[in-house]
Amino acid sequence: MAYSNKVLDHYNNPRNVGSLDKAATSVGTGVVGAPECGDVMKLQIQVEGDRIVDAKFKTFGCGSAIASSSLATEWIKGKTLDEALKISNTQIVEELALPPVKIHCSVLAEDAIKSAIADYKAKQQG
Amino acid sequence: MKFPIYLDYQATTPCDPRVVEAMLPYFTEAFGNAASRSHAFGWTAEEAVEKSRAQIAELIGASPKEIVFTSGSTEAINLALKGVIEMYAEKGKHVITSSAEHKAVLDTCKHLEQAGAEVTYLAPDQTGRVSVEQVRAALRPDTVLVALMWANNEVGTLNPVREIGELCHEQGVLFFTDATQAAGKVPVDVEADHVDLLCLSGHKIYGPKGVGCLYVRRRNPRVRLVAQMDGGGHERGMRSGTLNVPGIVGLGKACELARLEMPAEAARTAELRDSLESRITAQLDFVFLNGNREHRLPNCLNLSFPYVEGESLIMGINKLAVSSGSACTSASLEPSHVLRAMAVGDERAHSSIRFGIGRFTTREDVEFAATQVVENVRRLRELSPLYEMVKEGVDLSQVKWQAAH
Repeated sequence: MAYSNKVLDHYNNPRNVGSLDKAATSVGTGVVGAPECGDVMKLQIQVEGDRIVDAKFKTFGCGSAIASSSLATEWIKGKTLDEALKISNTQIVEELALPPVKIHCSVLAEDAIKSAIADYKAKQQG
Repeated sequence: MKFPIYLDYQATTPCDPRVVEAMLPYFTEAFGNAASRSHAFGWTAEEAVEKSRAQIAELIGASPKEIVFTSGSTEAINLALKGVIEMYAEKGKHVITSSAEHKAVLDTCKHLEQAGAEVTYLAPDQTGRVSVEQVRAALRPDTVLVALMWANNEVGTLNPVREIGELCHEQGVLFFTDATQAAGKVPVDVEADHVDLLCLSGHKIYGPKGVGCLYVRRRNPRVRLVAQMDGGGHERGMRSGTLNVPGIVGLGKACELARLEMPAEAARTAELRDSLESRITAQLDFVFLNGNREHRLPNCLNLSFPYVEGESLIMGINKLAVSSGSACTSASLEPSHVLRAMAVGDERAHSSIRFGIGRFTTREDVEFAATQVVENVRRLRELSPLYEMVKEGVDLSQVKWQAAH
């Protein structure tokens, strides 16, 4: 399979790899996917006020899944929570030129963002 | 060193230059139709075809008259399975096979089922092996055929062919074995191993693509088949169609070389295979061998690297030409049906890589491959949330995953 240059770039130089302290109240963590499906994404956000000041990810999955989550962290950094929630998988598909069989990677990345934000919001209420 | 390094010898092999040399005259000056009985062009071609038949027969312990040329193993499998079931319809309609077989066997079996046959799919053990006891337990009075591969193409596991063949002969059931991966790699003897039908393919043994053959036993018992290709009645009526003389010459030469060089080549490739494995396992934790350590091909190494997905690993080890059982590398988006049949868990399938070592693999190739694999698995595990969780002591089987699909 031929990968787009953007997928290759994110695969070879993934942005924002790592972990934040998942116990911290300012951190939201989203883990989506399942090992038997071949992809698991962990995406974390650090929030100040309503703005995402840092984001980290780790992904088990194909090159497109790694690229989708890397791109997602790049895009959400600096955005407000509401802005981040507006990121849709189709934007990721477009940016990375993902083929139809890889669309689920972008869906997973969108789910990871939403899941991390939901976790953060739940913590604020708890 | 020339990149990428080819380590996919179970997929196909390059033609040995000696094979190409033997084939060349049959494209040009010796171009005759082996069925032309009226002139020297035909006689020359026929002589070359008969020489090839003898070369193939010698590799597998058959007689030349028992070799039927086909376009490859897939066609030979179709001919053997469909041909037997149609011919022996009055005897029964039951076939025994295994869920770890090649798709050529499984899909042909599906076709037979649609046509009214009944098929038992034995589940292999976790190493990919089927036991003679399983075959015995599955036999029925109306069993006509047992179809089990000699060596598995994904994990290299060898089935107990001789014991299964013995059982089949004792019970009066025909035994077909797909020896596409085994012929030329391990000793094959259709007499001692009690095989009634066997297929092999040129391009897996340093011969050309598009040519293979079916061995059809002629005595004790005499196996009869219904032809699946109608036409001029070539190959004693079992497979019509003008013979692919250059291809057949190449297949014969490839079999001759395989027979002569097998002992040395098997030892050399097994040593490289083991060196590759030990270099990798010495530097990485959590590496699993898929297959059977005792009963296996000398030139196939299938490893799983848990917490790393196979396609992403293949992207990283891009100087190596290997294949993976990962769903993402298959057209169907399903993980390897062989690893699934072995019930080792889909995660193992997603992270599996098959390394095929062959006649032209060097020690330097293997050393380089090990280095590339180790570097990339390490890098991808740094990226892997699963590896991080395992290192933190999390039991992944107890996690409630949010699967998106």
